[in-house]
Amino acid sequence: MKRINGKILLIGYGNPGRLDDGLGPAFASKISMMRLNNVTVEIGYQLAVEHAEMISNYDVVIFADASVSGSEPYQFTDVEPTLDASFSTHSVSPSSIMGLAQNIFHAKTEAYLLTIRGYEFDDFGERLSPQATENLHSGIHFLKSALGTTSYEVKS
Amino acid sequence: MVASNTNPKSKRIVIQPVTRVEGHGKVTILLDENNKVKQARLHIVEFRGFERFIQGRPFWEMPVVVQRLCGICPVSHHLCAAKAIDQIVGGENLTPPAEKLRRLMHYGQTFQSHSLHFFHLASPDLLFGFNADPSIRNIIGVAAEYPELAKQGILMRKFGQEVIKATSGKKIHGTGAIPGGMNKNLSIHERDELLKDIDQMVQWSHGALNIAKNYTLEHMDTALEFGTFESNHMSIIREDGAMDLYNGGLRAIDKDGNKIFDHVDNQKYTDIIAEEVKNWSYMKFPFIKSIGTENGWYRVGPLSRVNTCDFIDTPEAEAARIEFKDITGGKPNHLTLAYHWARMIEVLHSIEKIKELLHDPDLQGKDLVTKGDRRDEGIGVIEAPRGTLFHHYKVNKDDQVTMCNLIVSTTSNNEAMNRAVQKVAEDHLSGQPEITEGMLNHVEVATRAYDPCLSCATHDMAQMPLKVTLLNVDGQVIDERIKQ
Repeated sequence: MKRINGKILLIGYGNPGRLDDGLGPAFASKISMMRLNNVTVEIGYQLAVEHAEMISNYDVVIFADASVSGSEPYQFTDVEPTLDASFSTHSVSPSSIMGLAQNIFHAKTEAYLLTIRGYEFDDFGERLSPQATENLHSGIHFLKSALGTTSYEVKS
Repeated sequence: MVASNTNPKSKRIVIQPVTRVEGHGKVTILLDENNKVKQARLHIVEFRGFERFIQGRPFWEMPVVVQRLCGICPVSHHLCAAKAIDQIVGGENLTPPAEKLRRLMHYGQTFQSHSLHFFHLASPDLLFGFNADPSIRNIIGVAAEYPELAKQGILMRKFGQEVIKATSGKKIHGTGAIPGGMNKNLSIHERDELLKDIDQMVQWSHGALNIAKNYTLEHMDTALEFGTFESNHMSIIREDGAMDLYNGGLRAIDKDGNKIFDHVDNQKYTDIIAEEVKNWSYMKFPFIKSIGTENGWYRVGPLSRVNTCDFIDTPEAEAARIEFKDITGGKPNHLTLAYHWARMIEVLHSIEKIKELLHDPDLQGKDLVTKGDRRDEGIGVIEAPRGTLFHHYKVNKDDQVTMCNLIVSTTSNNEAMNRAVQKVAEDHLSGQPEITEGMLNHVEVATRAYDPCLSCATHDMAQMPLKVTLLNVDGQVIDERIKQ
């Protein structure tokens, strides 16, 4: 188990109005309730360029997103900054954000992507599918362990 | 994506999606057997149907629900819906604190949206050239070559987002505007936090304006022909003729600057504007009724607003407007590439207005909501960053929405964008033996100048690559380019 230390920024993103696409915000919301001293939580619909500046003020950033076809129940990977030519304000990848953070704001921030597997995306509704909810809890348990905060209870 | 050819003597090129615009669209260019452009069209390939989706919902939800049309310009939809719903609750005569708070939110939105577009979507073309290596001609290239500019763009966008957060509660999809007013004022702490950076933002806005102005002046030969054509222009206008992004009557001018209509009560927009449907796009084609579909189309947005207004009521933006108008001898400016210059005049105007408002003690006022006689219909009109935006609702006695009509800014520019695409395709692709990425980018540059928000028409969750296919006269693929 990798232990994550330092000043941490958690960015949970996705559209809570599109069922399991809301996994990222739901995850961030749960972590926010833990009120951890060293973790700042940001919740949004999508990543935006100004996140690059925000990230540069932290030792570690964790991006939390839903995945359509990734590993179950979640996947935790390093994020490498990329020189990504494709860019739109509707769609900016974590690696592009890290590229901007490194190039423009000289960020030394470690970056990780936590993708939680979802299953239902093709309808409107502010709820998670049962399996996605289970995966969400697995992801929370994993991050609590990685942060060394297993004694904290998440209020639901 | 390859569209089917109905004419065996023609070739069709498809650009999908158009990149560095908000949302997804595609361009098809139909060539004849001599590689001459026969027809070029911008299609909107997504369908969302928000107008239908919200029928049956309670009207008071509209300012919160309808802004989910878009993650980029939600504030415009939030405020426009709120203006319409104000009328349903009889609260359209807002208290001074409520109106000023909404204006502050709106100027924050315009400031961040224009900044983001200019620095991160348009500047790669302007700084590196339309034909530059696409691996450099992007925001990462700007960050590497012009890091200070890229930084300014991000921090200007961030400042605008902070204004939105302070007034609406959230950076995206906030809830500040409610029927008949606002649900919060601006605290002294929030005001002081914003004032810390305001002078820096004014200075950077001048810098951005100079880049856009100097680019246009130094490339006037290009600008004069690039996707340029004469047109009508429309916007809302303040009673005294000043540019007003939040409220006013409707004004339209023709290509020579003559007024087609002026100070029309925006509640009567259906008397002067209608929409035409074409079978190849989900986006409608609005037109001025008195002129008709053929010649009644018009442009909206920064270029049109600078063209239609008599003056701007902030001194530095007004000086910039006068300089802008001087190059056309006071006549309307029709240069598609001049949208960038006009957009930066509005950035300066917006930050001047934000500064002015932040010093207004009404923002700490507590009289935030007003109500009156209930009505069954409400119409909101606002100047969104991309142009005039209409929200129109009818409700029943159970407070449910029974009818919704939205004319979004990008829709009003539909015909103009199609003409720009057609002209650039004719000028830069016609007769060429091979279609290069640079040539195709010219077509995208013309569209990009309008800063279209295609997501405001519909929305698609999927990622789509840019795929361009060239077919010969027999319908066989002879060239294909894919941009992820």
